[in-house]
Amino acid sequence: MAIFRSHVLVCVDPVCLKKGAHDIMDALQDELVTKGLIDEIQVLETSRIGGCDNGPEIMVYPEGVHYVGISPDDVPYLVEEHFLKGRTAEKFVLKEKTFIDEELSAPTSKEVRIVLKNCGIIDPGNIEEYLAEGGYEGLGKVLTSYTPEETIDIVLRSGLGGRGGAGFPTGKKWQFCRATQEWPKYMICNADEGDPGAFMNRRVLEGDPHAVIEGMIIGAYAVGSNQGYIYCRAEYPLAIKTLNIAIDQAHALGLLGKDILGSGFDFDLEVRMGAGAFVCGEETALMASIEGKRGEPRPRPPFPAVKGLFGKPSNVNNVETYANVPQIIINGPEWYASYGTEKSKGTKTFALAGDVQHTGLIEVPFGLTLREIIFDVGGGIKDGKAFKAIQTGGPMGGCLPAEFLDLPVDYQELAKAGSIMGSGGLVVMDEDTCMVDIARFFMDFVQDESCGKCTPCRVGTRRILEILEGICEGRGKESDLDTLEMLCEQIQEDSLCGLGQGAPNPVVSTLKHFRSEYEAHIKEKRCPAKVCKPLIRYDIVDGPCTGCTVCARNCPVNCITGERRQTHVIDPDVCVRCGICMQVCNFNAIVIN
Amino acid sequence: MSTIKSLEDLKKAREEALKKRELKATSGTVQVIVGMGTCGIAAGARDTMKSILDTIEKDSINGVIVTQTGCIGLCEKEPIVQVVIGEAAKVTYGKVTPEVAKTILIEHVGNGKVVTDHVVNI
Amino acid sequence: MTIETKDSKVVLEAVQSAVTRYGASQDELIPILNDVNREIGYLPGEALDELSRLLKVPKSQLFSVASFYRMLSTKPRGKHVLQFCESAPCHVAGGREVWLAVKEALKIEENETTPDGKWTLITTSCLGVCGVGPVMMIDDDVIGNVDPAQVPDILAKYQ
Repeated sequence: MAIFRSHVLVCVDPVCLKKGAHDIMDALQDELVTKGLIDEIQVLETSRIGGCDNGPEIMVYPEGVHYVGISPDDVPYLVEEHFLKGRTAEKFVLKEKTFIDEELSAPTSKEVRIVLKNCGIIDPGNIEEYLAEGGYEGLGKVLTSYTPEETIDIVLRSGLGGRGGAGFPTGKKWQFCRATQEWPKYMICNADEGDPGAFMNRRVLEGDPHAVIEGMIIGAYAVGSNQGYIYCRAEYPLAIKTLNIAIDQAHALGLLGKDILGSGFDFDLEVRMGAGAFVCGEETALMASIEGKRGEPRPRPPFPAVKGLFGKPSNVNNVETYANVPQIIINGPEWYASYGTEKSKGTKTFALAGDVQHTGLIEVPFGLTLREIIFDVGGGIKDGKAFKAIQTGGPMGGCLPAEFLDLPVDYQELAKAGSIMGSGGLVVMDEDTCMVDIARFFMDFVQDESCGKCTPCRVGTRRILEILEGICEGRGKESDLDTLEMLCEQIQEDSLCGLGQGAPNPVVSTLKHFRSEYEAHIKEKRCPAKVCKPLIRYDIVDGPCTGCTVCARNCPVNCITGERRQTHVIDPDVCVRCGICMQVCNFNAIVIN
Repeated sequence: MSTIKSLEDLKKAREEALKKRELKATSGTVQVIVGMGTCGIAAGARDTMKSILDTIEKDSINGVIVTQTGCIGLCEKEPIVQVVIGEAAKVTYGKVTPEVAKTILIEHVGNGKVVTDHVVNI
Repeated sequence: MTIETKDSKVVLEAVQSAVTRYGASQDELIPILNDVNREIGYLPGEALDELSRLLKVPKSQLFSVASFYRMLSTKPRGKHVLQFCESAPCHVAGGREVWLAVKEALKIEENETTPDGKWTLITTSCLGVCGVGPVMMIDDDVIGNVDPAQVPDILAKYQ
């Protein structure tokens, strides 16, 4: 296998094609042959480097230089300058990088769509569209030109890390599975995206299922597996349907099954549906579920690569991890590694939810700051309110206040800040959010989803929930905060799996950064954000109130009294804090205290 | 498309697929793409799709290919409909109710006038 | 409660057809249970008995699996199951008000079934359509952008 020192990617999107992209490719190939560089420099087709209004466009790696507006006559000069003299050919470099992608509403100059490359662009129910976008070429390359070890090496060098949350180097994981001398081996895709607020996997499964399938076949070839499972949560019926159609179509064309592409390699794939259990996103619980058991995790070691599904060596990776693989093979590992930070390579999809203008999915390289993500890509906070906190990584993630807005997002930085990358869910909270209520909310979720196997999680999270509920209802005691901290520490250290270990994170982070809110709830029986119903009062203000009686007539518990044209009064003992009076008042005479 | 048994077959299949796509573009065919991911459906994309198909049938609009795609990522603007006429750039519409879909078909596809009120702007 | 208890024959047929479809082995248990639950609306004791006989797995083990997963129910459910998303993004988007409106319209609490057997109300974790929250799922239909005022109309669409 040749090792190339440089890759030249030529955009062949329709607009660039019209402007002569193929002529550029031919000219490049010819010039490289003439100059004796053809064995060192690889020329490849790609799509969507930029906005294509400056076409033809090419990108040269590993430097990451973006050249535009080149004609075939310019090619000899370009090759001489860039590849022989080692200098960037300045006059062709794209000056302004503010292209705009017409598919989306948010300015995407910061986005790089690798995993989401085809989503929203192709018809996922038609394999031909995937083929038209270069689909299965990665697989073709691997099966005809690389050994399994070389394939693993490419993935290693790309720096791709597990996108399920831990970021463990994928190449290493595949190496472990390959090294185990036992068969059969199983290739598993974790599509049990249970994090509330996360729907990146759903989008890929519904929009570009073949990217995942292709990634799995490549991985299976690398580790030596002939059977794969995609475990998809039952709450995604459309994704399951789309996957099954895609698998059938791939089978029909001979891209799955026996002797794929005439290589002698066999691989088959099956979709397994979950049945509604968040904990089945944990890999050992997932495998137990495929085996028809309760989704309970088990201790590791032994790791799945040694003893996994049905006791055999297995490799479990997330949907997004697999979806990156085909392009890494086609464009080369250096291309992928050119994105991101030193320790976190490539891009990550994030789901922006909560009080932000543009909710939805984005894909950005690691290293972008939270501020850029929330305000540039996300459009800032809705309704002009102030930013209060952002929770990263799903229900086991920490809540970070404004002082962390300039944190570059990557695995290490988030961990240092006391949070996690997790699945990539980002929940943005504005000034009207009560952080104690949020901690209680997530603990409620965890309590619901805890499998119950180990005591620290099963009982510990219940105790924490009871204390938090007490605080939100005005029954908090001073000693509660110490008790919470002690419980959190114990549960983090002693739980069997990631669910328990991560469960205290929202509590720990809100205690650290928003302690004053907890104290207000406990000492003053007051909820500063005016959210916790037992701690707030609805009052009618004397001045603005005209005595129109609209509020009294709409009150579901009849707790408002007053004569016509006289200021009305709410009885706080009867009031259920439903807020209807405030909604119907035309004079803004009702406030929350 | 026939079975793909080798790398050459794969290349041929890709060319075939690309040709089909170009044919759609150069013949001036109109493509109407409806976002039918789960978020689209949750926002009512099925009714929008039905309205589009009904209008095409009732008004006998020819040369329109209606396809669906997955979640585009603009969930808050669902249902989303994209219109591509020949080789022109794709126009993306958001919050497309069944009524708006009808308007788009008549105004944009029929009369070539983009319905600017509903275009999702960048 | 006038929830119709399913006819034995119907139950046994559902179990038989699921086992024939997937095969009589423990690994296929969850697909089998999913199918039967979908067909009958829940997993009656009779179904677990029959399954235990066909798969040669103790009934207690089957019950242990069936009771673990949220989407499977060992108790009868109403004709329509309304699953309400109780996760953070929907909550932050105004889910609380919609939840109250739903409970008000159906006059039942979570995990309860209406006296006429028409509706069962449960909460679910994130359905993955947070961009259109608040969200609820009635049977197989995912409904987004729900306003409290729309709730009665939405419910009325189901017979």
